[in-house]
Amino acid sequence: MMVPLSYYVILSTIVFLTGLVGVLIRRNIIIILLSIELMLNATNINFVAFSHYFQTLSGQVFVFFTLTVAAAEVAVGLAIIIALYRSKSSINVDDFQLLKW
Amino acid sequence: MIYALIPLLPFFAFLIVGMGGHWLKDRAHWVAVPAVWGSFVLSLLAFQDVAGGDTISVPLYTWLTSGDLRIGIGLSIDRLTAAMLLLVTTVSGLVHVYTIGYMHGEKGYARFFAYIALFSFSMLMLVMADNFLQLFVFWEAVGLCSYLLIGHWYERKSACDAATKAFVVNRVGDFGFILGVLLVFYSFGSLEYRHVFAQAPDLVGDMTNLLNPMGGEWEVSTLTLICLLLFLGAVGKSAQVPLHVWLPDAMEGPTPISALIHAATMVTAGVFMVARLAPLYSLSPAAMDAVAVVGAATMVLGATIALTQFDIKRVVAYSTVSQLGYMVMACGLGAYTAGIYHLLTHGAFKALLFLGCGSVIIALHHEQDMRRMGGLKDKLPVTYWTFVIGSLALAGFPLTSGFFSKDEILVSAWAAGPLGKTLATLGLLTALLTAFYSFRLVFVTFWGPSRADPHHAGHVHEPSKTMTVPLIVLAGLSVAAGYLGIPGWLAPVLGSAGEDHQEGAAGVMAVATLMGLGGIAAAYYCYVVSPDLPDRLARRWQQAYQLSFHKWYVDEAYDATIVRPTLTLADRLWKKVDVGMIDATVNGVASLIGWCGLVLRFLQSGQTQHYALGMAMGAVFILTVYLLF
Repeated sequence: MMVPLSYYVILSTIVFLTGLVGVLIRRNIIIILLSIELMLNATNINFVAFSHYFQTLSGQVFVFFTLTVAAAEVAVGLAIIIALYRSKSSINVDDFQLLKW
Repeated sequence: MIYALIPLLPFFAFLIVGMGGHWLKDRAHWVAVPAVWGSFVLSLLAFQDVAGGDTISVPLYTWLTSGDLRIGIGLSIDRLTAAMLLLVTTVSGLVHVYTIGYMHGEKGYARFFAYIALFSFSMLMLVMADNFLQLFVFWEAVGLCSYLLIGHWYERKSACDAATKAFVVNRVGDFGFILGVLLVFYSFGSLEYRHVFAQAPDLVGDMTNLLNPMGGEWEVSTLTLICLLLFLGAVGKSAQVPLHVWLPDAMEGPTPISALIHAATMVTAGVFMVARLAPLYSLSPAAMDAVAVVGAATMVLGATIALTQFDIKRVVAYSTVSQLGYMVMACGLGAYTAGIYHLLTHGAFKALLFLGCGSVIIALHHEQDMRRMGGLKDKLPVTYWTFVIGSLALAGFPLTSGFFSKDEILVSAWAAGPLGKTLATLGLLTALLTAFYSFRLVFVTFWGPSRADPHHAGHVHEPSKTMTVPLIVLAGLSVAAGYLGIPGWLAPVLGSAGEDHQEGAAGVMAVATLMGLGGIAAAYYCYVVSPDLPDRLARRWQQAYQLSFHKWYVDEAYDATIVRPTLTLADRLWKKVDVGMIDATVNGVASLIGWCGLVLRFLQSGQTQHYALGMAMGAVFILTVYLLF
C-alpha cells in the first residue's frame, strides 16, 4: 500500500520542530549542533517525499547538497566547539555571551 | 585699463603682505609702500587725463545678472573722483611711510600693513564706483577695515570695545543706506549712476506710502526718502550727530590709522557720497535741509566738546567731527564744491595733526594726556612747527588752506537763503571755537613748563626720518592746497551753488578771519598769559563745563536707552529662550533616546539562542498572518 504524502510531511514537521525546540532550549552546544542536523534532515525527508511524489529527481539531488553542507557544517562546528572549550573549559552556551556589545 | 591698477596695486599688496606676513615680518613695508605710491602716480595720470573735463569709464566685468538687475564692476573717473583719488593716495602713502617709524618693532607689524593696504583699496574702489551696489560693497569694506584697524591692539579690551562700537554704530547707518539702495533700484530699475541720474528728474513729485503694509497712509516724496535713507549711511560713516560716538573712540587704534580714518578714508566717504549723488540730492529740498541741519548740529557739538578734552588725540578727533559737520552742512546747502574743497584741505591738515600727535605720543612713550605734556616746543622742533602749521590751517588762519576752504563754505552758506544765513552764523561761531581749541592744544602740549613723567622727560627726542618727512610734506600741502583752485576745478562736475558769491562775501570773510584770530588770541590769553583762568572759568560755569567735558552725555544717553535695554533683553533671551527652551529641547530629546536605549539594552543578551527564538517567533507570526489572511 502507498503511504500518503501527508504522513511524510507530518513526520518531517515533527522532526523539524524537535530540532527547532532543541536549538532554542538546550544548553549543551553539541546537542544544539545535533538539533540543527535534525532540522536539516527534516527538510531532506520533505525533499525525498516530494521528489518521489512528483516523479522527478531534482529533489533528491538537493538532498545530496544538504548532506554535503551538513557534513561541512559539522566539521566547522566541532572545530568551533573545541576552540570554545579550550578558552572557557565549558560547552554550556550560558557561559558564552560574546555577541553582547 | 591701466587705471584698474590704481585700486589693484594696494589690493595686491594686501594679498602679498596678508598671506606672506609670517615670512615678511618687519619687511612688510617694502611691499605696501611702493604699491600705494604706485597708485599715487597712476592717480596723477588719471588726474591729468580728466583735467579737460572728460569722464573715464573702465567697465571691468559684469558681476551679476538676475532678472532686471545687472550689476557691473566698473571704474569711473571724473574730476571729483580724481581729486578724491589724489587725496586718498597721498594721505595713504604718507601714512604708510609714517607707519614704518610709528609701528617699528610692534607685534602685528605685517598685519597692520596688510590692513591699511586693504583700507586704501576699499576707499579707492568706493570713490571710483560707477554704481550704487559697488558703492555699497566698498562702503562696507571700509567699515570692516576700520574695525580691523581700530582693534589692532586686540589684547586691549578698550580697543576691542572701540572697534565693536565703530562697527555697530556704522551698521545702524548702513541699514538705512541699503534700504536707500533698494529703493533706488525699486524706483529706477537700475543701480548705475548715469541711468539713475538721467531718470531722476522724472521722479520729482512721485510719492511713496510708507504705511502701505499696515494699511495706513503716510505719503512722502520718493526722492526725499531715498536721499534721507542714503544720508543715514553718511551719518554713520561721516560721524554726524547722533551717530558720531564711534569716531572719538576710534582713537584706540594706532595713530596712523586715526590719521587715515580721519583724513582720507572712511569719514570722507559720507561727504563724498552726498557730493557724488548731488544730482539726486539737488532734486529734494527737504532732504537737503535735513542734511544741512544735521551737519550744522554736528559742527557745533563737535567743537564744544573739543574745548575741554584732555586726551590729545580726542581733541583732534572731536575737531574732525566738527569739521565734517562743516562739510556736510555745505553739501546740504548745495555748496558741494565748497564741501569737497574743505574735505580735501582738511584731509591734508588733519592727517598732519594726527601724525603730529603720534610723534608726541611716541616721544613721551605712549602718553596721551595733555596734562602730562608741555614744554615740548624745543625738544620736538619739527613736530612743533608742522603742528602749528596744521593748527593754523584748522583754525582758518589767513592764507592757509583751511582759511580758503572754510571761507568758501561760509560764504556759500551765507548766500544760500535764510537757513543758510542762520547756519553760516553758527559756522562763524564754531570757527571761533575751532581756533580756540586747536591752539589750546598747541599751547598746552608744546609751551610752558614740562609736566611730563620725569622718567621719560629727559630723553624726549624727535622721531625717525620716516615719521618727520611725512609731517613736513603734509605741512607743505596744508598751506599749498588752498592755492590749487580746487573749487573752480570741481565746479563743472558738481555745479556751483550760490553763484552770487559777492553777496556779503567780503563781510563773511572778514568776520571769519576775526573769529580765527580771536580764537587764537583767546587761547593764548587763557593758556599762556594766565594759566589759572581756564580752571576758574570751569568752576564759574560748572554745568556748561561738565556738559562739554562729558561730551553732552550722548554716550550715557545711548547707554541708558539702547545699550542697557539691549543687554537686559539679550540676558533674558539667553537664560529663558536659549537655556530654558532650546537647550532644554535638545537635551530632552537626547535623554529620551538614551532612556529608550537603556530599556532596549535588556533585549540584547548575547545568547544566540535568544536571537534564534526571536527569529522563530517572527517566522511563526508571519506564517500565521499569511495563513489566516
